[in-house]
Amino acid sequence: MPDTAQRLDATEPRRGLMDALELDTRLLGMIGAFVLLCAAFNLVTDGRFLTPRNIFNITIQTVSVAIMASGMVFVIVTRHIDLSVGAVLAMASAVMGVTQTWWLIKVAGLPLGSPLIAPLTMLAGLAVGTAIGLFHGWLVGYQGIPAFIVTLGGLLVWRNVAWYTTSGQTIAPLDPTFLMFGGAEGTLGPAWSWILGALAALGAVWAIWSGRRAKLAHGFRVKPVWAETALAALVTGAILGFVAVLNAYPVPAAKLRRMFEARGEVMPEGYSIGHGLPISVLILLLVAVVMTVVARKTRLGRYIFAAGGNPDAAELSGINTRLLTVKVFGIMGFLCGLSAIVAQARLQSHPNDIGTLDELRVIAAAVIGGTALAGGVGTIYGAILGALIMQSLQSGMGMVGVDTPFQNIVVGGVLVLAVWIDIQYRKRVGMRQ
Amino acid sequence: MTPLVELIDISIAFGGIKAVDHVSVDLYPGEVVGLLGHNGAGKSTLIKCLSGAYRKDSGEIRINGRKVEIENPRDARALNIETIYQTLALADNLDAAANLFLGRELTTGFGFLDEARMEAETRRIMGRLNPNFRKFNAPVSALSGGQRQSVAIARAVYFNAKILIMDEPTAALGPQETQMVAELIGELKRQGLGIFLIDHDIHAVKELCDRAAVMKNGQLVGIVRVDEVSEDDLLGMIILGKKPDTLAA
Repeated sequence: MPDTAQRLDATEPRRGLMDALELDTRLLGMIGAFVLLCAAFNLVTDGRFLTPRNIFNITIQTVSVAIMASGMVFVIVTRHIDLSVGAVLAMASAVMGVTQTWWLIKVAGLPLGSPLIAPLTMLAGLAVGTAIGLFHGWLVGYQGIPAFIVTLGGLLVWRNVAWYTTSGQTIAPLDPTFLMFGGAEGTLGPAWSWILGALAALGAVWAIWSGRRAKLAHGFRVKPVWAETALAALVTGAILGFVAVLNAYPVPAAKLRRMFEARGEVMPEGYSIGHGLPISVLILLLVAVVMTVVARKTRLGRYIFAAGGNPDAAELSGINTRLLTVKVFGIMGFLCGLSAIVAQARLQSHPNDIGTLDELRVIAAAVIGGTALAGGVGTIYGAILGALIMQSLQSGMGMVGVDTPFQNIVVGGVLVLAVWIDIQYRKRVGMRQ
Repeated sequence: MTPLVELIDISIAFGGIKAVDHVSVDLYPGEVVGLLGHNGAGKSTLIKCLSGAYRKDSGEIRINGRKVEIENPRDARALNIETIYQTLALADNLDAAANLFLGRELTTGFGFLDEARMEAETRRIMGRLNPNFRKFNAPVSALSGGQRQSVAIARAVYFNAKILIMDEPTAALGPQETQMVAELIGELKRQGLGIFLIDHDIHAVKELCDRAAVMKNGQLVGIVRVDEVSEDDLLGMIILGKKPDTLAA
């Protein structure tokens, strides 16, 4: 009986192009909106918006919020919220600032410029973020305090503990190795970017192929070969295109000259080299892949979505939902620490107001990306795309010369509009919630 | 023969209210015991201390004659006790396979979820329980009441339950689907499972059960063999809270 059921299923006819490709129409809508937005800004700015330089800048400005937004997806999917991410970022950043300029040098006695400074500093930042996240999770999961309250308190507490940690001072200059994680200061260069891009494309093609093979092995319905090929070509094109754009943005001549001088060489006349993939973007892509794998392919991810869909069902299925809450907030805290590394290195200092209002940007990115506050629904790529859309909007309006207050008005309007469109879409396709 | 389950002198109180007041019930292999009573009679509360959702205040639980402590749903599962809840306890946003294996996912050698194998197993067992089931890739929120019920039952059956607790398993179902559940209960009995069936419906209890335990206000009114009493007798026990005169002697 089950055999016939499967065979019937496998030969079921495809209804139209979209069905054959099995693409997420919601994701397509978001990409469409993003493309439209970029095209419009490019038109208004006479082609200044879609230059390699501007794309490079928008990309590195998005990283910090996007990393945290991917963690916020898990938090919101489990029906919680985290209002403290900007403050936790500031706390981790303050500790890292003090660690690399004071503790490691004056207390531990490392010489300035020691290769140990950057890794130890980052370890400290990640540890602080993770510890705070786990503590928030324990208060929410085991003590039953609503996440809204815990993290609202956390916002006030950590922002100001950070203030005391640095006595409210801006900390600079930072360790040169550490600065490489900020964006423009640390890029891979064209050759390595091409190699990584090619590896990523191969990986994507392998993932599509192995997914198809697993389905075939069990006799499930698979997409037509042409659809799989088209999808693989699209993904490969997008990855390599992105690398090409980042490689096309040349390092400024003055900076190149300094780099040659630092090595005691003279820059050859007419020498030029592209930036390539920034390390910070590489970190974001790594976070995106790992978080997506966790969400889709691990028990932890399955439990996060189950607990968000029906907390009672998750508990009755033997899932320890309290411990799950601690883990989710722990991940969030770790990602705040990671964001702090990128944010601080990009600003090349620890300013006292680092990460202010980031909690709202992060939540907005996750929500624009389709994470439902009711829980149980959300994707990592959606949240990252949400962060990218918000950053592009802000950057584009800045280029056009829109006043800052009006920029915020637009971003606020877009947030509400995005959720409204999402609700209409879900009604249309008949999804609950 | 040793009973499969013995609930001995169980009490549970919420605040000052005794939800379950010194109740003892047992269950033998291959037997269906119905738990009858009004809303708030304590039947669901009693059974939840066996499924691990609540903890008893006093009393003893024995499985195959051995005393056990059930602190949470994980403990209950480890003892091969499976529960099908009235509210079905399904995660609406996940598909049938994800729900069937929730908390006990199959994984590959690397520790990742083996989605393909879980779907294949789900197709195999659903082919047996509900051959018309097709929506393997839709979230269970898109399923009908009967389809959802068959996912919930498949979940209990797949993991080789020895003791099955069913909380109003046919409440949300049409006549055909109710018949399907009845046949399934018969099949599970033949396989030697013990089943606790919680229900309002006297007719269903008389049809499906071997014995019925009637509760009122947290206390046990009595346990009777269903073929020795009429539906009116059972109704009398539920409403009046006393055993029928024919059995009282």
